[in-house]
Amino acid sequence: MSQDPGYNFAYLDENTKRMIRRTLLKAVAIPGHQVPFGAREMPLPYGWGTGGIQVTAAILGPRDVLKVIDQGADDTTNAVSIRRFFHRVAGVATTTRTPEASIIQTRHRIPEQPLTERQILVYQVPMPEPLFKLEPRLAETKRMHALADYGLMHVKLYEDIARHGHVSAAYSYPVMVEERYLMSPSPIPAFDNPKMHRMAALQLFGAGREKKIYAVPPYTAVRSLDFEDHPFRPHRAEGCCALCGSTTSYLDEVVTDDRGGRMFVCSDTDYCEERQANTKEQAA
Amino acid sequence: MAYVAVKGGEQAIANAHAWLAETRRGEAALAELEVAQIEQQLGLAVDRVMAEGACHDRGLAALAIKQAQGDLIEAAFLLRAYRTTLPRFGHAAPLATAAMRLRRRVSATYKDLPGGQVLGPTYDYTHRLLDFALAARGEVPPPAPEAAAPQEPAPHVTELLAREGLMAREPASEAGPADLTRQPLAFPASRPARLQNLARGDEGFLLGLGYSTQRGYGNAHPFVGEIRQGHVAVCLTPPELGFEIELGDILVTECQMVNQFHGSKREPPQFTRGYGLVLGGGERKAMAMALVDRALMAGELGEDRVAPAQDEEFVLMHSDNVEATGFVEHLKLPHYVDFQSELEVVRRMRATATAHIAGDTGQGSTQDSIGAGRAEEMAE
Repeated sequence: MSQDPGYNFAYLDENTKRMIRRTLLKAVAIPGHQVPFGAREMPLPYGWGTGGIQVTAAILGPRDVLKVIDQGADDTTNAVSIRRFFHRVAGVATTTRTPEASIIQTRHRIPEQPLTERQILVYQVPMPEPLFKLEPRLAETKRMHALADYGLMHVKLYEDIARHGHVSAAYSYPVMVEERYLMSPSPIPAFDNPKMHRMAALQLFGAGREKKIYAVPPYTAVRSLDFEDHPFRPHRAEGCCALCGSTTSYLDEVVTDDRGGRMFVCSDTDYCEERQANTKEQAA
Repeated sequence: MAYVAVKGGEQAIANAHAWLAETRRGEAALAELEVAQIEQQLGLAVDRVMAEGACHDRGLAALAIKQAQGDLIEAAFLLRAYRTTLPRFGHAAPLATAAMRLRRRVSATYKDLPGGQVLGPTYDYTHRLLDFALAARGEVPPPAPEAAAPQEPAPHVTELLAREGLMAREPASEAGPADLTRQPLAFPASRPARLQNLARGDEGFLLGLGYSTQRGYGNAHPFVGEIRQGHVAVCLTPPELGFEIELGDILVTECQMVNQFHGSKREPPQFTRGYGLVLGGGERKAMAMALVDRALMAGELGEDRVAPAQDEEFVLMHSDNVEATGFVEHLKLPHYVDFQSELEVVRRMRATATAHIAGDTGQGSTQDSIGAGRAEEMAE
């Protein structure tokens, strides 16, 4: 399908794309640092991924192959809606297969299959400021980042461990990028945090409502905050996927009745379907 | 129940849109609402959508209201999303509101003043009794009587005070206006940026904040110096022409609040100004904006910033209803993954706590947490 002639390629005008690309260059040059940008009002609501959409629109070329996932799945309504949006305004090829995509826009997950240098992962970010629950004032958090003054976050983690025996953050688990900037990994589960560390793909983060962009270049060190005697441990639900049998993937819990019945299935639908297809092939 | 992977999001979305269109149209036997009727007969709704949608176009605002089934925030969002695609070819000269073609002008500080008091088409002194005549197929009301006298010049009340030295004049600036749609807000924000933010801000949010300043949260002592509503010319100097041209008239409502100021080490006691300006006839919003603008000047005037309405970041970061509605409503999008990780953490913490309680009651514990370790130390 060719793009909608009523709009510029990928919806945004070229000047806006240039402004976003300049912001992206700055973000890549200072890994983990939040760069303000003149986020535009998009035809999708704030909170639906307007930051990610603007980043994708700015980097998308006619030969790109786009994959969009929400909660790890290609077929959740919002992922479907964003994929259709780009199909309409850019006419680019879309895919659900992780290895076939050149750009993957995601909300809340990193695909299970490792990404390559040829790929870019674009995160939708609701709250780019990792410190916002501890200090809501942006003028103050800006100062704290400048001074690398992250004591507040360490104290928060320490208090969690002292009180509960565990860090209570289950998602948006804070990370240090190249041992300089504290960064929100966006609300991915802590389980996905280790995948960010020295990832081969470029990772771009767009927060539309908060008007910030940040980035992690390929092969950059990303460390989840922890203590020597309480090392970071990624957690997943115990058990295996009821559809593909994976014991290592991140699982969604599905309630099957009102008597405590439940089952677990992969949150990454492409990974799960691929495994199911392989099993069938081997059986045949 | 067997697990069925949720598929067919695309079909579900298409069906939802079809149902929405049907609901919007309502009973097909009734005549369809025309955009022109909304524009003419729901004018204040159109004004609000233009103000919060930050786009002066009555026809498009009326269309947005129709498309949004009268949900004015949704309509403002539609207008904003359209506005953002328009090319930007410059900024207008400051509106000369002192030369406004007035249709309403009231001052609460002077009984009479140059230019006089003009009540205009206001609800102020209507009795709020449902008018059942409007429910019947009404007749066209007879034309309102018109004043014969030409309007004499009506300088701003604040200007009269400034001439007497009782109110500081705003220093004129040659700098271009702030544009929040191009440059993200930074703190501390300039007053032009604050005013732009408030002018686009949600009426309800500003109303609540303005109200709070009157009830002791911010210690305001406001008087309505004046409210004026009417048409002003929008003028622009295109660089290729080099001289000013008039683009047309727009209806605006302006409110200037006069507030007492006790003075500081640098400034003698005087009056200070809270300023509100909105597109259309949104008088309530203009008044609330003027209260909040004045409250936000606390920092510059050396007043203590103690109330929510004085907190620049709090006010400006939460005033935009398109942003606010997006982030509040995004909670209905799937959050399975985060909730799953939260479930696992709560289950782990409960296991630790249960073991801890069991340990305290002498049943032994093998937990390796600090909490359990501390309990052991205390036991020793």
